[in-house]
Amino acid sequence: MEALAILLVLLVAFRTPLAGLVSDPRLQTWTTVFVSVLVQAVPFLVFGVVLSAVIAVFVPRSFWAKALPRHPALAVPAASLAGVVLPGCECGSVPIAGSLIRRGVTPAAALAFLLAAPAINPIVLTATAVAFPGNPEMVAARAGASLVVAMTMGWLWLRLGKSEWIRLPRRPDLDDASRARAFWAACRHDVMHAGGFLVVGAAAAATINVVVPEPWLQGLAASPVLSVLALATLAVLLSICSEADAFVAASLSQFSLTSRLVFLVVGPMVDLKLISMQTGVFGRRFAFRFAPVTFVTAVVVGTGVGVVLW
Amino acid sequence: MNRQAQAVVMMFFGGAILKASLTDVYLRYVKEGLRPFLIVAGALLLAAAVMTLYHEFRPPRDGAAGDDGHGHAHHEPRVGWLLILPAVGLLLIAPPALGSYAAGQAGTVLAAAPADSEFAPLPPGDPVPLSLMDYASRAVFDEGRSLTGRTLRLTGFVTAGPDGRPMLARMVLACCAADGRPIKVGLAGGVSVDAPVDTWVQVVGTYSSRVEKDPVNKADVPYFEVTSWQKTTAPRQTYE
Repeated sequence: MEALAILLVLLVAFRTPLAGLVSDPRLQTWTTVFVSVLVQAVPFLVFGVVLSAVIAVFVPRSFWAKALPRHPALAVPAASLAGVVLPGCECGSVPIAGSLIRRGVTPAAALAFLLAAPAINPIVLTATAVAFPGNPEMVAARAGASLVVAMTMGWLWLRLGKSEWIRLPRRPDLDDASRARAFWAACRHDVMHAGGFLVVGAAAAATINVVVPEPWLQGLAASPVLSVLALATLAVLLSICSEADAFVAASLSQFSLTSRLVFLVVGPMVDLKLISMQTGVFGRRFAFRFAPVTFVTAVVVGTGVGVVLW
Repeated sequence: MNRQAQAVVMMFFGGAILKASLTDVYLRYVKEGLRPFLIVAGALLLAAAVMTLYHEFRPPRDGAAGDDGHGHAHHEPRVGWLLILPAVGLLLIAPPALGSYAAGQAGTVLAAAPADSEFAPLPPGDPVPLSLMDYASRAVFDEGRSLTGRTLRLTGFVTAGPDGRPMLARMVLACCAADGRPIKVGLAGGVSVDAPVDTWVQVVGTYSSRVEKDPVNKADVPYFEVTSWQKTTAPRQTYE
């Protein structure tokens, strides 16, 4: 506490030299991108955290048993489709999925929701339609491919997943007798936790944004296989919000439509800030298995849909 | 990281978000439409900080909440300290909006023709103020039909073109500065705009039929015939 106070006083005192430090254009661009990723994500993070605190504290466990099909294999598609109602981006859905599992929702369904919600909600699909005026089929392709990936991952989890991979931290504060106390404790914990990992992800994304030269990327666009892999990797590294990624995909006009579809399917499901946040919320053993498998599934399904369509 | 420290960090972070969104600083990073959400989110962060402190200093009456009442017993997330970084970035550094460095890194956004390629006639005015995006789309997709015969005025910052000659550019945001892409217009004509990069200028002139390719993404970059130019201050909204 004292250290924090001293740190803050020092920062204010050294304000001018601090601002002078970032005069180099690369460093300046890095700082701008870093700050802007966080400013953009904050409303989604905060609303996601509040919603997940409501789920964790106020929605009774029995509600989920009634709302979702009893059989886990049927709960997976139901949860994927439920993603339509969450108008947000991926930063908000990680704490929500954590809360759902905590409240007794089968992990397979919660994970399907986690993957589907940021990709198929109306805001994201509208943005995709606006970004691809000449290719309206892109919207359907994105929604369809994302749903297939989310459900596949849910069912894969049912077959192969082990519940001990998910290590939700013990949270005695959630069982507090006072609802208000438990609610604010959940908010505080999730903001600090998911927010901290969001900072790590934003820093990584800003670094990639400044370091990876676009002309170098364009060289890969000529090969159909390389272009898919290049854009899939770029989606992971750039960590753009799912509401904006369609515009970036549209501007990568050298690349095939299939590779851009893969970019749109991979981005909301696997990226640096998501991996960082999932590690924080579900544990490292989970994230290091879940993220690569999701990546492969998303690339395969996205490419498949693209090949059929175009 | 104890709960009081968490409350202070949340207050610092929420305060930074609130301050940036109540002034125009937020416009350097995100679109204007996000403002109400930023204000609500900042206020919620402050509320969470205040409620944390309130509960911290007023322990539960029954004391049966399963902890020692001070919050030191559990493993509290240390990663939360990192939230100080964006708060410092916003309050103390407040980095400027993206400029010529970012514009040089990425290819121009003018990649696909808009869905309705019917261009309405220009509004009255002499010169007519046009956004770079509007000029570039009309010049490339409409072959300048709606532009010929009119005097036009464009506003943007100076950036170095591939040949080293100055170009006019603005950044276009879809969502936040992380997805910012430049829209570029080349400057032709006898008058050379010799201002350092990142200077905001207003150029007055006419349509030029010259179109080059952006070496970064091979998209079309239209040119503009400059008759006069002057320095100007950066607009409130630097992004298009």
